[in-house]
Amino acid sequence: MIRALLARLGSLAAVMATVSFVTFGFVSLTPGDPAHTILREQRQSPPSEREVAAFRAEHGFDEPFVVRYFSWLGDAVRGDLGTSYYQSEPVTSLLVEHLPNTLELALAATAVALVVAVPLGVVSAVHHETWIDRTGQIAALVGVSMPNFWLGYLLILVCSLRLGVTPVSGAGTLSHLVLPAITLGTGMAAVITRLVRTSMLEVLEAEYVTAARSKGVRERLVVYKHALRNALVPVVTIVGLQFGFVLNGAVVVEVVFQRPGLGTLLVDAIFARDYPIVQGVVLVTAFAFVVTNQLVDLAYVALDPRIERGGGGDDRR
Amino acid sequence: MSDRETWRRRPTRRLRALLERGRRLVRRRFGRRYRSNGNIRLGGAIVCLLAIVAVVGPMLSPYDPTAQALERRLAGPSLAHPLGTDALGRDVATRLVYGARISLALAVGATLVRLVVGTAIGLLAATGSRLVDAALMRLVDVQLAFPGLVLALVIAGTLGPSVRNVVIALSAVGWASYARVVRSSVLAVKDRPFVESARLCGTPRRRIVTRHLLPNVASPVLVLATLNLGTVVLAAAGLSFLGLGAQPPTAEWGTMIADGRNYLRSAPWLITAPGVAIAVTVIGFNVLGDGLRDVLDPDHVDDADRRRT
Repeated sequence: MIRALLARLGSLAAVMATVSFVTFGFVSLTPGDPAHTILREQRQSPPSEREVAAFRAEHGFDEPFVVRYFSWLGDAVRGDLGTSYYQSEPVTSLLVEHLPNTLELALAATAVALVVAVPLGVVSAVHHETWIDRTGQIAALVGVSMPNFWLGYLLILVCSLRLGVTPVSGAGTLSHLVLPAITLGTGMAAVITRLVRTSMLEVLEAEYVTAARSKGVRERLVVYKHALRNALVPVVTIVGLQFGFVLNGAVVVEVVFQRPGLGTLLVDAIFARDYPIVQGVVLVTAFAFVVTNQLVDLAYVALDPRIERGGGGDDRR
Repeated sequence: MSDRETWRRRPTRRLRALLERGRRLVRRRFGRRYRSNGNIRLGGAIVCLLAIVAVVGPMLSPYDPTAQALERRLAGPSLAHPLGTDALGRDVATRLVYGARISLALAVGATLVRLVVGTAIGLLAATGSRLVDAALMRLVDVQLAFPGLVLALVIAGTLGPSVRNVVIALSAVGWASYARVVRSSVLAVKDRPFVESARLCGTPRRRIVTRHLLPNVASPVLVLATLNLGTVVLAAAGLSFLGLGAQPPTAEWGTMIADGRNYLRSAPWLITAPGVAIAVTVIGFNVLGDGLRDVLDPDHVDDADRRRT
């Protein structure tokens, strides 16, 4: 078990190293001289040679790429992700400031998704190939195919502008969280509904369910006690994996609802060419994603005794 | 005459033979099954309709998608403008039809690049040495262990906003699932007797790959690509919505929603039309992909990969 854990930590470190290298490399090798661009945008006039040189020296542009990468990585490991070009604030403190809002949104969206998806999936499976099932399937298809930013505006249009129940944008109170959470949770709910349905259908065929039925257990108890608990094991994995897509979607949803968060921070930084922030956000997102994936794997092992404990697992699936 | 000589002398005939072989393959594989599958019919109909609209639509519209006509701005749906006009007086229906061109071209383009790169890497991993395999698969792991849209956003943003860069960004972050599928399918048939016997007959490696291995990965890759088209349409619309894709005044669905959001109350049709267009397109590809999977890949496991961008 300890060896397996160490192997996991090793692969986690390898992934993070590659991700950091790719992000740093990509952003550093962009065409054009960032010093020049940034200064011109700040001053609204072409900067002098001396200003450019001073800016380059301050942000370490003069060093070779490899030196810059390793000094950035060294600082990053110690929690220092550099300073924003514009706001002259440490990137780390910007991230700390924005992260809670995004996490809040991600968790709320996951909760919305689970509350909708699990009952819907179960009902679809129990009423297999009836109109209930078909309606559920169509709802899931539409949910997975809708652009989430569009859904966000539709919700704003109906709930905020027409009905006036929820605020249009911003963050802070629970009422600010409702619409973004629904927007972000819908796509996830669609995926989970499908999964719960397939998983339930499979489990309802199993021998122990037949056994429970034949010994006279009430149908309701069979479904909710015997079947559902077993059907939820794969759902844990998907919820974990979906967390990454929630982070993806959060970017767009935050822009729609003008919520301060990692997404809005990233988008603003990209347009401003504020690369330290871009690198920081990508690194933190990747880290969160990778860590959740590992946690999901561990939870899976803990939940399902049928899975052998071993390093990595066979990827020839 | 060897393959290579024919190729050099009569490229068109060779190409035609290749196409014919592909057609026969497709016909043999689906046969009647694909016509009797409701999902394939519905999804196929939606996709064909969209393709027709994208090709023919712009020729039928009397309006220019980008010319401004401020005297009729923000007009509601009417006979002259079935879907109304936007803040600059442009006909929404016309812009929608032109937008279909961009969305479909972009989806097909990015998916093709993903498919080709992913297939090549998967083949290389499955047929190469253990070291090559391990190295490439770690690369795949890294890509799958990463929120794709965030990276695509960064790539598109640093390269500069344009449709071409959206294709580059979405291709760069989406090839890994193809590599994984191709690798496992090739590994599954690599040591089967028919490949073994081809090898013993002295068939050149390249020919074994193209004649014996690739046809066996065609089905799962085709299914993945169809579902992927929908994902790409969504991701591309999202990037454009954020301002990193097609630039104004180009008519593009994501950009149209971004433009329309300022008139939510006064002109709700501005975001409704492009949103429905995106949703219908994605539904079309998803339904078609599900149908193809039912026919081609009956024992697949789950759809965890489908929402990866």
